Amino acid sequence: MSQQKTELAVAALRNGTVIDHIPCEAVYKAVRILRLEDAGTAVTIGNNLPSDRMGRKGIIKVADRFFDESDLDRIAIIAPTAVVNIIEDYKVVEKRQVQLPQTIKGIVHCSNPKCITNNEPMETCFEVVSTNPTRLRCRYCNRTIGGVEAEIAQ
Amino acid sequence: MNQGSLVSIDDISKEQILDLLDRAAYFEAHPNSKLLDGKVVATLFFEPSTRTRLSFETAVNRLGGRVIGFSDAATSSTSKGETLKDTIKMVSNYADLIVMRHHLEGAARYATEVTDVPIVNAGDGANQHPSQTMLDLYSIVKTQGRLENLTITMVGDLKYGRTVHSLLMAMRYFNPRFRFVSSPELEMPREYIEICRDLGIEYTEHRDFSPEVINSSDIIYMTRVQRERFSDPMEYEKVKNLYSLRRDMLGNTRPGMRILHPLPRVNEIDRDVDDCPQAYYFEQARNGVFARQAIITRALNIDPTR
Ligand SMILES: [Zn+2]
Repeated sequence: MSQQKTELAVAALRNGTVIDHIPCEAVYKAVRILRLEDAGTAVTIGNNLPSDRMGRKGIIKVADRFFDESDLDRIAIIAPTAVVNIIEDYKVVEKRQVQLPQTIKGIVHCSNPKCITNNEPMETCFEVVSTNPTRLRCRYCNRTIGGVEAEIAQ
Repeated sequence: MNQGSLVSIDDISKEQILDLLDRAAYFEAHPNSKLLDGKVVATLFFEPSTRTRLSFETAVNRLGGRVIGFSDAATSSTSKGETLKDTIKMVSNYADLIVMRHHLEGAARYATEVTDVPIVNAGDGANQHPSQTMLDLYSIVKTQGRLENLTITMVGDLKYGRTVHSLLMAMRYFNPRFRFVSSPELEMPREYIEICRDLGIEYTEHRDFSPEVINSSDIIYMTRVQRERFSDPMEYEKVKNLYSLRRDMLGNTRPGMRILHPLPRVNEIDRDVDDCPQAYYFEQARNGVFARQAIITRALNIDPTR
């Protein structure tokens, strides 16, 4: 029933990508990871929506955009529960859970101010050292950070 | 990245550690081997460290190589805002090997990604200092005759002290028994405790630097407890004397027990310990030149025994 309510709360999508089951606190980080601030198409963001599975959840719908799998998988850093739905002509043609990559280049900011990545024009790089909860280790300074609280670089 | 680079002790295998120790022993027996004839080694000290720089430069000189470089960032183009990448690229045109020290963590790892010249990390902030670990290991094997099955007691600042973390990581190959002695504020980080647990390494944690701990150790590794680690100065005053070693504590030690310290010390080892047979920290520093000769020849893929 709540599924129906959710569908009502967020506009239906003809073609595009729906990212569902995002923890509420991760929704806006997911927006940044996918760089939707400068998406040219319609983006609908729902948050604090009722969910049977999670209590409350967020959802992002992007019209007429299909992302690379590797780009979508980066959402798993902050939202391991997220599910991607590919919509064509109002139908879900593909549904899959995001998969955390082993190495994450760019995107995540290192929380150590003395890290070389914060002082040199260069890309960050993190290795996933554990899942559930996700922990990432900076390739350069070796600081570990939690995936959920990871700061997303601009 | 050049395969000869040494950024972190965690990057190299047990076999590579043993190879470096064999090399160090060779250089102790043959300190002046002209193996670097015609080679140029750059020592780039973006952060000053006279002790480490002199040790590396002595190692190069004894191997017959030439040294170029700078001893602090103020005299380098970094002070004009040049990026690390550009400095490393520029020096790579001149040198066969770059030894670098930097206040930023991860600087040496990044340097290996922008050049084909081997990089030796001589310390990157609070992160890694593998040549210190190699000289510690060489000191241990030299005084104990082996690395396997030793009881190693680490004392003082186990939280921020990178030397104890690296030593722990290197010793994990050799079935050690660890004793961690510190105040609660400066105890061994949980990630290293977990590594011990995962690998089945025996360890105990102690608040007391007790006779039982001292008398059951093969190596006592002392570290400096720094005032700036404490938010409460009273706390520092209390702790600093709890984790210092005096001559009267050494009456019943194991016969071969040796005391190590990465130096410089403040007051964690009393001066009257210096004359005790257990005191090894000055010789330890001397071993640094042999350990660095080993690291330099490995980096340049030179076999000293050839
Ligand atoms: Zn970092």
